[in-house]
Amino acid sequence: MLPDEVKQFIGRGAGVRIFEVEKGAIRRFADAVDDPNPLYRDDEYARNSRYGSIIAPPGFFGWPSRQPRGAPLTAESAADLGTALIEAGYARVLDGGIEYDFISPVRAGDTLAASSVIKNIREREGKTGKMAFLIMETTYTNQNGDVVARARTTTIHR
Amino acid sequence: MAEQLYWEDVKEDSEVTPLAKVATTQMLVRWAGASGDFNPLHYDSAFAASQGVDRPIVHGALKRQWLVQLMTDWIGDRGTLKHFSCQYRAMDYPRPMKTMAEPEEGETWWCKGRVTRKYIEDDNHYVDCNIWIENGQGEQTTPGKATVILPSRS
Repeated sequence: MLPDEVKQFIGRGAGVRIFEVEKGAIRRFADAVDDPNPLYRDDEYARNSRYGSIIAPPGFFGWPSRQPRGAPLTAESAADLGTALIEAGYARVLDGGIEYDFISPVRAGDTLAASSVIKNIREREGKTGKMAFLIMETTYTNQNGDVVARARTTTIHR
Repeated sequence: MAEQLYWEDVKEDSEVTPLAKVATTQMLVRWAGASGDFNPLHYDSAFAASQGVDRPIVHGALKRQWLVQLMTDWIGDRGTLKHFSCQYRAMDYPRPMKTMAEPEEGETWWCKGRVTRKYIEDDNHYVDCNIWIENGQGEQTTPGKATVILPSRS
């Protein structure tokens, strides 16, 4: 059974981060994947495409990110959940997977606000002992107020 | 870029054009810098051992992005990736570098996919696919699903 100290976080917000989507960051990201797509790096090609300008690959929302002005350095609930999981005996973390809805394109020059919520935490008995699955949902909204994507990430704590 | 794919060109159970990838220790460093994932699990052997992993592993998110490229390459500039998911079911280990630019001999990973369904909804021409990554032994380490909208000839 997950202790209440962990379960109490279900449904809580896990903070907002701001991503300024820079052209150079898009290119670095595409280069790191070895994805030569000109939509991510060639101004003229992108201008003549249906997007009209350079876009980010689906799955890239910019890096580095920052806190909104005036916000604490780390969202309290996310940091506290990490501590609660460690105290409950889940010291190791692995990335379990991701699910995306891509709603509209992310363009070079966009500013995105990524707002995260702790959707669920459940326990499961695995081959190597107990594991906790943490589901976090992040909504990405651009400077025009349009939701561009939603991501649901699963991390496995064991 | 390849020729544009149209919805009419796609059949249920047909193959997504496969994409080959080679993960190297160098690629993982570049990915860390570009994505902002500085988890030492991906570059520090002692830390990896402390996490119960025998040596640094390929980032799940990098494998995710390979699968995104599998789909965006296949659907072309006029196709749109709408929905995507994948699970990191097994570890993958990068090839070490032999020279500044060349990796050692070793595994090549294949990103693959198969069409499960095509349909029209709200005037959009959709295709659903199962997608996955196979390691050098042909094992699926990273299964997933994708839904795309393709242009139509009609």
